[in-house]
Amino acid sequence: MVTELFSSGHTACAGCGQALGARLVVETTGPNVIIANATGCLEVFTSRYPESAWGVPWIHSLFQNAAAVASGVEAALRIKGKLDQVRVISQGGDGATADIGMASLSGMFDRGHDILYVCYDNEAYMNTGVQRSGLTPFGSRTTTSPSGKKSFGNPRPKKNIPEIANAHNVPYVATASVAFPKDLQKKVKRALSIRGPKYIQIFVPCPLGWRHDPGLTYEIAKLVVETGLYPILEYQDGKLISVKTIEAAKPVDEYLKLQGRYAHLFTERGKDEIAKIQTIADSNIKKYGLLKEGKEAQKKMAAEKLAEEKIFTTAELSKCDGKDGRPAYFAYKGKVYDTAGSDRWADGAHYNTHFAGSDLTDALVEAPHGDEVFERFKIVGVLKA
Amino acid sequence: MRRYLEGSHAVAEIVRLCKAQVISAYPITPQTHIVESLAQMVADGELNAEFINVESEHSAASVVQGASATGVRTYTATTSQGLLYMIEVLYSIAGLRLPVVLTCANRAVSSPINIWNDHQDSVTVRDAGWLQFYAENNQEACDLHLMAYRLAEDHNIMLPVMVCMDGYILTHAYEVVDLPEQSQVDKFLPDFKPIHCLNPDEPVSMGVLMGPESYIETRYAIHQTMMDALNVIPGIADEFEQVFGRKVHCLIEKYRLEDATQVFVAMGSMVGTVKEIVDGLREDGQKVGLLKVIAHRPFPKRIVYEALKNAREIAVLEKAISLGEEGPLLSDVKSAFCGQGNQPKISGFVLGLGGRDITKKSILEVHDALSGSQVDVKFIDLKI
Repeated sequence: MVTELFSSGHTACAGCGQALGARLVVETTGPNVIIANATGCLEVFTSRYPESAWGVPWIHSLFQNAAAVASGVEAALRIKGKLDQVRVISQGGDGATADIGMASLSGMFDRGHDILYVCYDNEAYMNTGVQRSGLTPFGSRTTTSPSGKKSFGNPRPKKNIPEIANAHNVPYVATASVAFPKDLQKKVKRALSIRGPKYIQIFVPCPLGWRHDPGLTYEIAKLVVETGLYPILEYQDGKLISVKTIEAAKPVDEYLKLQGRYAHLFTERGKDEIAKIQTIADSNIKKYGLLKEGKEAQKKMAAEKLAEEKIFTTAELSKCDGKDGRPAYFAYKGKVYDTAGSDRWADGAHYNTHFAGSDLTDALVEAPHGDEVFERFKIVGVLKA
Repeated sequence: MRRYLEGSHAVAEIVRLCKAQVISAYPITPQTHIVESLAQMVADGELNAEFINVESEHSAASVVQGASATGVRTYTATTSQGLLYMIEVLYSIAGLRLPVVLTCANRAVSSPINIWNDHQDSVTVRDAGWLQFYAENNQEACDLHLMAYRLAEDHNIMLPVMVCMDGYILTHAYEVVDLPEQSQVDKFLPDFKPIHCLNPDEPVSMGVLMGPESYIETRYAIHQTMMDALNVIPGIADEFEQVFGRKVHCLIEKYRLEDATQVFVAMGSMVGTVKEIVDGLREDGQKVGLLKVIAHRPFPKRIVYEALKNAREIAVLEKAISLGEEGPLLSDVKSAFCGQGNQPKISGFVLGLGGRDITKKSILEVHDALSGSQVDVKFIDLKI
């Protein structure tokens, strides 16, 4: 897409998530904006003299002061009486935001400037050649947190900047991923509709730094959300108002295995580390209630509670034998289960050994599996002999 | 209007009269009285400005940078560690050609921590691309701030200006100062009209990446502007005199130099003490004079040479030292004579560091040393 606010022809790498994110942000804000940009990839690949990708007024000063420069821009617009017409955005990478620029960001929040701060989180210092930042995730290897005989890469989890923003009582805080552009743009719009300091942190894959196929940027930005590793959240006045739910959490290794920065974990001794990363995802899922399945499970439980009230006699159960289009049910320890959906049951028979319409409680003793397998089946009622 | 004011309050009054629109500062002794006064003026509605409290000097400089880039008049003040903490922003402000005005309430630098006066802080940043002026007294501090805004915003200059005034000795001293009327200031200093600024109607990219094919030209441009400023300043100083009815020296001031064979060279408040010594020695019939350097950057090398060329013995007195070399002002004065036919004796004296009092005795000690052989660095009043 060609746009005059963020032109093509800049020098970002193929598959750069940051370029994608920055374009989505400025396209959403429109032309009446002034951007203060921190030093980093975004600044470098968009502003090499005599060219500039920016069709909006844009200023870059230093690495750690984008939030303070933006504060000055905002103060100037305020004294000129133009703050109603022009919005201010401050933006930088994860290092500029969470490390070297943390104090100036805190000052911007604290003073209540009417500024949207956007952090493009590619999880390391990419512009300088992939060094560890405060937002580098656990287990990822960078050039300054390398893997080796005594190291599995970065030993620390990501700093939680959204929570740090919330601790400043800022009115709007959100996370997003470039895999979900509509969600991202909706959040930018909402942020700009609110006066005061706002913070949006966007997950932006870096094919070069993460060592993944540039064609996988979207897939990786999607998987990080689907595994629960990067919760997509929205806070207003410190209250969590929305989360992007997950159909069913994918195991983290599906996400990790696509990226060279985690390749060292796919060894015998790396297994424990992947388990630890899974724990981080699981903990996010639990903490923020990310799982749609969680909601489904609750619904299922409620439905089962209703079903348990349906009473089957032995005669009624025997009619549910799966023959001639009849349902195929069996009983186990007083509960009646539906075999529908199981590939181990066909036409009311389980390996031609056990048959629907009967009570299989005693049969399980001989079975090569325990009763945990019944969790897969829907309960449709109780058996009253 | 003549008023009896503390130096800090007098400077704050000038900044008010100059109608600074965005002021940002971080507290550090002995700069605080200036910014406290300005905060009160804003709180009382006497000054229509945004006063931005920040979490560091780095951000104070960054805030005025952003505001100046958006096309408003700005002000900040600091000293010592605060100035050192600002350094990279100072370079960036100059690089973007933003007419920020900063007061440095000169103070020593750590370690050891010392809150008293010397010039090590501002002299350290003399290469950052800021015009740098040193005030002898509070009237001069006021006048240099008026000049600072006018010069910074001149479209032939467009560079930031630092006015240096000695911490405590000037900032906390009460003196009578002649404050101008608002109408006079408005006449001398029109509204700030930026050449470019951040404005959605005419989007520009500022602070872009420049490679080897274009960077050096930016430094050439700043240096050339600095050199040009030496020619622009006298004209604007004449305008100053017409508007305010008072002469302002901006580059140098010659004091009893006409037939002097022995000359002191100094900057800042110690000049007052040196003038008294010169007067005394003159009464004794000695041909002694003083060259006050006001503009440290741009350094008026040719003017300094012309003023000193007839001297036989020159003593450069400084409240700073380039550790491992000599006083920075001494190097500048020596360079003014480099390649010239006459080579007077040029000696360097370091004194008053960390607020050590500079007494008449200190200056006389310098005078006594002058007749000896040339020295590069002689510390005065050492207790060892």
